[in-house]
Amino acid sequence: MKALVPVKRVIDYNVKPRVKADGSGVDLSNVKMSMNPFDEIAVEEAIRLKEAGKVEEIIAVSVGPAKAQETLRTALAMGADSAILVETDEEVEPLAVAKILKAVAAEVEPGLVILGKQAIDDDSNQTGQMLAALMDLPQGTFASKVEVDGDSVSVTREVDGGLETVKLSLPAIVTTDLRLNEPRYASLPNIMKAKKKPLETKTPADYGVDITPRLKTTNVSEPPVRQAGVKVADVDELVAKLKAMGVA
Amino acid sequence: MASTLPSRRDVDFLLHDWLKSDRLQDRETIDALLDLAEKLANEQFLTHYKQADAEEPFLDASGVHICPPIGEALRQYAELGLFSASFPEEAGGLGLPYLAYSAAFLFFSAANIATAAYPMLTAANARLILEFGNANQVATFARPQIAGDWFGTMCLSEPQAGSSLADVRTRAVADGEDELGARYRLAGNKMWISGGDQDVSENIVHLVLAKIPDPDGTMPLGTAGISLFIVPKILPDGTRNDVSVAGLNHKMGYRGTANCLLNFGENEGATGWIVGEPGQGLRQMFLMMNEARISVGLGAAALGYRSYRLSVDYARERLQGRPIGERAGPPVPIIEHPDVRRMLLQQKSYVEGALALCLYCAQLVDDEADPDAAALLGLLTPVAKTWPSEYGLAANDIAIQIHGGYGYTRDFDVEQLWRDNRLNPIHEGTTGVQGVDLLGRKILRDGSALPILERAIRNTADAASSVEGLADHARALLAAWQAIGDVLTVLRESDDRAAFDNATLFLWAFGHVVVAWLWLDQAVAAAGCGAQSGHDANFVEGKLRACRFFFETELPKTDAWLAVVRSGTDVASGASEDIF
Repeated sequence: MKALVPVKRVIDYNVKPRVKADGSGVDLSNVKMSMNPFDEIAVEEAIRLKEAGKVEEIIAVSVGPAKAQETLRTALAMGADSAILVETDEEVEPLAVAKILKAVAAEVEPGLVILGKQAIDDDSNQTGQMLAALMDLPQGTFASKVEVDGDSVSVTREVDGGLETVKLSLPAIVTTDLRLNEPRYASLPNIMKAKKKPLETKTPADYGVDITPRLKTTNVSEPPVRQAGVKVADVDELVAKLKAMGVA
Repeated sequence: MASTLPSRRDVDFLLHDWLKSDRLQDRETIDALLDLAEKLANEQFLTHYKQADAEEPFLDASGVHICPPIGEALRQYAELGLFSASFPEEAGGLGLPYLAYSAAFLFFSAANIATAAYPMLTAANARLILEFGNANQVATFARPQIAGDWFGTMCLSEPQAGSSLADVRTRAVADGEDELGARYRLAGNKMWISGGDQDVSENIVHLVLAKIPDPDGTMPLGTAGISLFIVPKILPDGTRNDVSVAGLNHKMGYRGTANCLLNFGENEGATGWIVGEPGQGLRQMFLMMNEARISVGLGAAALGYRSYRLSVDYARERLQGRPIGERAGPPVPIIEHPDVRRMLLQQKSYVEGALALCLYCAQLVDDEADPDAAALLGLLTPVAKTWPSEYGLAANDIAIQIHGGYGYTRDFDVEQLWRDNRLNPIHEGTTGVQGVDLLGRKILRDGSALPILERAIRNTADAASSVEGLADHARALLAAWQAIGDVLTVLRESDDRAAFDNATLFLWAFGHVVVAWLWLDQAVAAAGCGAQSGHDANFVEGKLRACRFFFETELPKTDAWLAVVRSGTDVASGASEDIF
C-alpha cells in the first residue's frame, strides 16, 4: 500500500519567534524554517513501515510557498519516494489543507495517511481530524505506537488518562505524537539522491479547492511578561490573597 | 539559548555572497550539507564537549579507550556519509567541493575539536594514499577510511625529531613484495600520534615517515632519505601488526583525541608498504600539507568563533555596573560598557577574519588546476595555518576576560576553548616554522606568487575605492602592501641567515595585511548585498564595523612589526645564550 505523508514548513523549533511590529503576525523574514517536528516523526514512521515491508511507496505532500520544496526535499532525503507541492503564498487554514489533502488522496489512493498531530507554529491540531471527517475514514490521533497488520492498523494513543489502543480498518488517518519514534538524520548520499526524486508542483486551483480563510486574525501579541511573585508567610495569607484576587 | 556555534548567516554570506560558491556547487546541496552539519554538531558533538575533556582516554592491556560518546558521534558522522563528502565519486566519495566541506567541518570543529580531529586526520590520510598510492593500496587502505569504517593517523614526529624531520630514526628494511607493493619491516618510535590508538574504528591506518638504511646499514642524512609507508594496526590477513602503544600523552586540551607514543617493530618488525618511490616521503607529505594546514587554521578559527559567540551572549546577559557618570539606577548589561564592546569587536574582527581567510584558501584548493590559484594557495598556506591559530586564540583569551572570574572557572566553556586552541600554534608546523616557510620557501626563494596576491589586493582596493566609507581603507591597504614590498627589498639584500632573524614578525605583518585585504573584500561584498540577499541591516553594518575596526586598530600594528624587520636588528639572534 501507499502512505501519504503531509508535511508542513514551519519556523524552526530552535528559533525564538518575534511578533511583527504591527501585530499582524509572526515575523518570518530571515528566519530559519524547517519541517514541523511532528511531521518529521510521521515521515520516519512511514519509512519504518516501508522498511518493515508494510508500505510499498511513500508520497510526501506539502501545502505552502515555493520554499516548501526544501521541506519536501528533506522528506525525500529521509526516504520518501516522491513528493507533491501544492503551491500557494496565501495563509492556509487547517480546513483548506484538509480539503486539498482529500483531493490529493483521491488521486494517490493511499492505504495510510500519516501526519503530525499538530504544527508547532499555530498548534491547531485540526488537520488530521478534519481530513478523516471529510474522507469519512477512521482516525487514530496522538499515536505513540503504530502497528500495521493486514488490512488494519493498531494505534496506541496518548490520552489524558494514559494509553488507549484502537484498531482501525485501512485506509485510515494517523496523527503522530512526540514519543512515536526518533526521526533519523538524512544522510549526505541520500540528500544528493533526493535531488533526483520526482517532485510535482500543483496549485489549490488544480484540485478545485477554495482556500479563502474562514478566520480573521485581529491581533498577534507577545505573551505578557511573567510578573515576579511574592512570598507568603502561611496558608491563611495565601488564601486571603487568592480571595482578594478573586480566584478562590 | 541560541546556538553558540559559528553564525550560519555569516557562513552563508561568506560562501554565497562573497565567494560565489554557486560556481562550484548548487546552493541547495550546500545548504543541505550545512543544515546536516549544524544539526549533528549541535546534537552529537557539542553534547560531550565537557565530558570528553574530563574523561581522558586511558590505556589498558587491550589498548586505548576513548570517551564513549566520541565513538557514537563518529559512527553517526560515518553513517551520514560525512567522511566521504569531499572525495571524488570514483573513490567512493560524494564529490562535494572542498569549500563546502570546509564550511561544514567548521561546525564540527567549533562544537568539539577533539572529536573532529579523528575524521580530519582520516581524511588527510586517505587523500595522501589516493594521490600517491597504487590501486591496491587505495582499495585496501583508502576506501575503508573514505567510508569511515577505518581511521587514519600521520606518524611524523619522533621523541628526538619534532619540527626537524630530517632527524627521524625509524628504519624501514626491505621485506619482499606482494599485491600491495614493496613491503618493508619498520622499527622505531613515533611521538604525538593523534588517534594513534582508540576503540572506535575497526582498524587504524598509520602513515609513517621512515628512512631506508644504505646497504652498509647507515641511515641517509637529511630529508631526502625519508620515505612514506602504510602501516595498518591490523594486517589484511586479520593478524595484529607489530605496532604497540607505549604510552598516552596527557594534554592541556584536545583531550578527547587520544595522543600516543607508538612503538613500531618491538618484535619482528612492523609490516608496511611503501607509498610511491623511496625518498619521496617528505615531498608527498608536503604536497598534502596545504589542506592539513588549512584544516588547522579552520579549527582554530572555529574555536575562536565559538568563544566570541559565547562572549556576546554573556555580555548581553551579565548585569554589572552603570554607565560612567551614573551612580543610581539598575545595573546594565556589560555589553553597554565601551571596553567590553571594544573586546567584542576585536574578537569579531579576528574570528570572522580568520574564517574568511580559511574559506578563501579552501576555495583555492577547489581551483588548484589553475596555476595562479595553486601558487596563491602555496603563498597563503602558512598564513592560513598561523593567523587563525594566533588570533583565534587571542579571541579565546578575550572571551575569558569578558566572562571575568566566571571565565576562569570550569563551569563555563571558554577556559576549555582556550586550552583546546592553544595547540594550534604548535602542531602542523609551529608559528616559527611557518614564518621561515613564508619568508624563505614562499617568498625569497621563489616569489612568483607575490604578483598574483598583489593583483588580488589591487582588485579589492579598486572595488572598495568607489564604495562609500571604504575608500580610506583601500588607500591604507595599498600603503601596507607597499610597506611589505619595501621590507622585502631590504631583506633580499641582506645576508641569507640574517633575513630570517625576524621571520615571525614578518609573518605577523604579512598575515595582518592579508586579513585586512580580506576584510575589505568582505566589506565590499556586504555593502553590495541588497534586500534580496536576505541579510538584514545589522548584519551588513556588523561587517562594515568590524572591517573599520580592523583597519583603525589592527592594521597600524604592522608598521611597528615591519620597522623591526626592516631594521635587521640582531637583538635576539645576536644574544649570548649565557645571558638567560
